[in-house]
Amino acid sequence: MTRKERRDRRTGLLFISPWLIGFLVLCVYPVLSSLWCSMCDYSVLTPAVFTGAANYRDLATDPLFWQSLYNTAFFAFFSIPLNLLVSLSLAILLNFKIPARGLFRTVFFLPSLVPMVCLAVLWQWMLNGELGLINNALKPFLGVANHLFGSHLQPPNWLLDARFAKWGIIFTGLWGVGNAVVIYLAGLQEVPAYLYESADIDGAGFWRKTWHITFPIISPVIYFNVIMSLIGTLQVFAIPYVMTNGGDGPDRSLLFMATYLYQNAFDYWNMGYACAIGVVLFLIIISLTWLATKLSEKHIYYAGK
Amino acid sequence: MHFPRPIHLCLLAAALALPACQKPAPPPGARVELEYWDKWTGFEADAMRAVVDDFNASQDRIHVNYSSISQIDHKLMLATAGGVPPDVAGVYSWMLSVYAENNALTPLDRMAAAARITRGQYIDVFWRMCMHQGHLWALPSTPSSTALIWNKKLFRQAGLDPNQPPRSIAELEAFNQKLTKWRPDGSLQSMGYIPEMPGYWDSLWGLWFGASLWNGRDALTANSPENIAACQWIESYPKRFGVRNLLMFQAGFGNLASPQNPFFTGRVAMEMEGVWVYNYIKNYAPADFEWGAAPFPTVDPARLKDVALVEMDALVIPAGSKHSAEAFEFIQYVESQKNMEKLCLGQRKFSPLLECSAEFYQKHPNPYISNFVALAKSANARYAPPLTNWTQYSHDMNNAVNRIWTGKADTLDALDDVQQREQQIFERRMARWQRLAPALTAQWNNQ
Repeated sequence: MTRKERRDRRTGLLFISPWLIGFLVLCVYPVLSSLWCSMCDYSVLTPAVFTGAANYRDLATDPLFWQSLYNTAFFAFFSIPLNLLVSLSLAILLNFKIPARGLFRTVFFLPSLVPMVCLAVLWQWMLNGELGLINNALKPFLGVANHLFGSHLQPPNWLLDARFAKWGIIFTGLWGVGNAVVIYLAGLQEVPAYLYESADIDGAGFWRKTWHITFPIISPVIYFNVIMSLIGTLQVFAIPYVMTNGGDGPDRSLLFMATYLYQNAFDYWNMGYACAIGVVLFLIIISLTWLATKLSEKHIYYAGK
Repeated sequence: MHFPRPIHLCLLAAALALPACQKPAPPPGARVELEYWDKWTGFEADAMRAVVDDFNASQDRIHVNYSSISQIDHKLMLATAGGVPPDVAGVYSWMLSVYAENNALTPLDRMAAAARITRGQYIDVFWRMCMHQGHLWALPSTPSSTALIWNKKLFRQAGLDPNQPPRSIAELEAFNQKLTKWRPDGSLQSMGYIPEMPGYWDSLWGLWFGASLWNGRDALTANSPENIAACQWIESYPKRFGVRNLLMFQAGFGNLASPQNPFFTGRVAMEMEGVWVYNYIKNYAPADFEWGAAPFPTVDPARLKDVALVEMDALVIPAGSKHSAEAFEFIQYVESQKNMEKLCLGQRKFSPLLECSAEFYQKHPNPYISNFVALAKSANARYAPPLTNWTQYSHDMNNAVNRIWTGKADTLDALDDVQQREQQIFERRMARWQRLAPALTAQWNNQ
């Protein structure tokens, strides 16, 4: 390396140093520190005492941890495909050349601009068992069903009934699909028009074109959105926290991993235990992301790369 | 032209930025600036600000800056851990034990003794709440006690004497039956009483059945016979009214701090509330709302008379405060009878001091304020156990009550579950304390 190259490298490093320092101080250090704290009895205000794997052993036998893991997995399992389906369908619909297309795109994007806390408060009322709009909309349909089949179906008490609380949160999450729709739309506009024209000449219909042209071309965008949803849903916290007024729902049905971590860190003074939950959550997310990458690498089209 | 190298620019920027990060030292003879955090907002904050302003005007050595801080229980912990706590903080009484055992507070014993502040000046229960592990950690600011409050108009409509509230749980349920109304479709229109309204104290229902949640030494008592009796009373609700009916009824409750509060709309005729309820009534209840306040019924009024849950806002000096002497001077000012009465009158609460002027009661807008004071002075005034795992324990008890309420578990299973888990956590906390105690007690004794 010449002297000039060395100097250039030093200058380059210096220019990226704000980011590097930020990354080391605000990301690497907290991660390593969490790893250390997860092996300590640590209340934040008293010195951490090394306890080895005790926190992890406790986690393995803690029913609340397993419940939080189950709730998180349930939420992710249903929320990710539902979000994918709704956002992709909306993007495809909004990609049609229809009048006032820009207006529709804006309208569907607008809800994602609502801050998460406001969204949660709004849906708290939408899902209210007695006065909520959702149940008022459901009542006529259930009335018809009851009349036809002689059943006794009643609208659920979404946020006060453990059987329905997670579904309430899943539906609330759909309100914020606007961001994903915008990303899908950008992907859809990248699909070369000549491919559709060729398919038209070959007599392909809408579904064939969607399956054989659109999906393969936008597969990197779908992959990106799925990974981001995976990370987001496994870290779900703010919406259920606000909707339960800082609690964890009826019969702990809304106790998610991030909620349990927060409770241990800030309510129960068990920062060491909270860090252990954080480490486990980190490992789960990284493993699932790796798995998703492995499973999908043969199905993602990177324009010949 | 020779340009400076980037590294030189960075160093220059750092050199310029550093002094800006440091707080300039006050000039000699200037006032000491005290940072005071409290959780109050609105008129409650205004009441404290008035006292702070009086203090600032009363002398020229100390200046107190009041800041309203939400979630003070979390933020104070983080600020103390970060080495930048406020000089004075207003905390909830349940925070004292966990903050003290984590060495996050300054013991006040010596400063209080020097200022001749003694136990005898206070309603005893509030002084006891300020003590933990043999040390004084706080002094009361505004206290509260809970009572049964009832809607006199609904009592009259149901053929009950509006001036005779129920005294026992059995009477409460008899009244409940008379006051409860059903709709033709089988749903609940209004109820005489529902334990989940307002739903703040689910973990402590045992108090009105003679229970405690801790034996005072080494064992929790979540599944004591008295707690079981209390939870069986809770369990009787879904059995009598139906889980779905109760949940639908609850879903229709409006915000408690609004005119949609079910107590004000007539959907619930009786509830347990704290002394602050007067403020809600004044602001949100209809103009012709008639109410009363009395001790909440107990399972056996002959044995358990005037049982009340007492809570308290307390002033503390966080560990690491830069001006603890000045901070105590401010606390001492607040604790004087005149200033305390001004604060408590402003917040429409009662004074924690034993000595209270006749003028305070004359000016007080709450017509039942003396009932709340009497409850705080009662021998059966009780408070949440001063345990470092209390938030977790109460959270778990609340969840157990919720499971019972929604028919997910029966009383015995739910309470056994809590007892088993929380006893284990409690023992771990005791082990943590045993490890820390020698060094901490030596440090506190020297402070």
